[in-house]
Amino acid sequence: MNPASPAGVRARARIGARSDRYGRTVLPVLEGEAPLALRRTRATGRAAQVTLVGAMSGPLGGDRLTVEADVGAGASLGVGSAAATIALPGQDGAPAAYDVRLTVAAGAELRWLPEQLISVQGSELRVTTVADVEAGGRLVLREEQVLGRADEDPGLLRSRLTVRVGGRPLLDQELTCGPGAPGGWDGPAVLGGHRALGQLILIDPGFTEKPPTPTMLTPHASLTPLPGPGALITALSPNALHLRHTLDEALHHLP
Amino acid sequence: MSRAALLVLADGRFPAGGHAHSGGAEAAVKAGRITGARSLEEFCRGRLHTTGAVSAALAGAAALGVDPVALDEAADARTPSVALRTAARKLGRQLLRAARVAWPSPELDALAARFPKGAHQPVVLGTAARAAGLGAEDAAHCAAYENVSGPATAVVRLLSLDPFEATAVLARLAPDMDKVARKAAEAARRARDEGPETLPAASAPLLEVGAEGHAGWDVRLFAS
Repeated sequence: MNPASPAGVRARARIGARSDRYGRTVLPVLEGEAPLALRRTRATGRAAQVTLVGAMSGPLGGDRLTVEADVGAGASLGVGSAAATIALPGQDGAPAAYDVRLTVAAGAELRWLPEQLISVQGSELRVTTVADVEAGGRLVLREEQVLGRADEDPGLLRSRLTVRVGGRPLLDQELTCGPGAPGGWDGPAVLGGHRALGQLILIDPGFTEKPPTPTMLTPHASLTPLPGPGALITALSPNALHLRHTLDEALHHLP
Repeated sequence: MSRAALLVLADGRFPAGGHAHSGGAEAAVKAGRITGARSLEEFCRGRLHTTGAVSAALAGAAALGVDPVALDEAADARTPSVALRTAARKLGRQLLRAARVAWPSPELDALAARFPKGAHQPVVLGTAARAAGLGAEDAAHCAAYENVSGPATAVVRLLSLDPFEATAVLARLAPDMDKVARKAAEAARRARDEGPETLPAASAPLLEVGAEGHAGWDVRLFAS
């Protein structure tokens, strides 16, 4: 399904988080392949924290990177990254693929808060994120796409995000932008000249009883209840800094 | 198939309540993103290749007889804005009332019984097309066309745009509509063979955010 070139790198990073008998989160699986490396970093309480290092100079065209995180019942895991992920053109013009697979068990929590993805001029990247949350699991997931570095046109970016709760689709969205995307991608219905787009998803069992109230956060950012125990914040911004500020503010609106 | 049945279903005068919705155009006009024929065309083109492509594929799949409950669930997941989900179900319910009289069928009756508050409009549209003896590509064409004809008509009222200009926008978009409908029919067949999760999910962030803002206005000309 995903294209990859023989010249590109194939690498996979895996995180497995479990709750031990004292209720602390342990990481029986923590494996990275170059250029993806994982570091266990300081966390608070019984949670575990992992930082993804090394995706900052890629993916290059032709690369195929996969990151998987699996959080078992009762465990609590936070994942961040050391720097932005930068989609760069490869030598032979082949597209790159970045796959993220997340699974969260009942009673578990995953906070997936990586840095931005920057689509650089001439690059072509397909990002596929699939999160499977068991009923009773909790997920906080942030995605930020930045179209081009400062004053630069973007590459071609296709980003699909699928979130299922208890096996049912709760959110399925794809954004295609940059040169080669279907017409109107930068027009008044889709991005309207904004160069940074972010999504923050919160899946929480508490939303089953009490769904969040739809809220306008800025003229270009909204919070909406999803058709199940979840909320989605969508924000469009002129730049990455402004976007992060909007999403950080939005986090305060959520439980 | 009956080509005339397609014209009846696609006609803007088909009494399905679509005229009360602007497809996000009212919010875009207020925000200054649509100011005339040129920006209307860019708006419609972007809408067509995102929500239009998704609606067309859903309608095509329903026309092929894919389980409407699974399609409705797929439509929900592809419509994160609660304001747009509400509008889609309202439109679906109105369309179903008209379609059940126009093309009585047990499948339309079953859809009404299963979704008393309305199913997503493209799912109803595809099921109605099926009842009218139409195929997946017909249903997809119908969905693609009304995806852009709604905003174009609304902007005539919102901006007092010359109706000739608005119609010219639609005429210029016709090749794109054909392309979207063809791809949607392919996606519909794939959904039948491999499941609705394979359906396209193209999204339009400004439409999503704009719809949430629009739903909170005190005074508005259109329902969405």
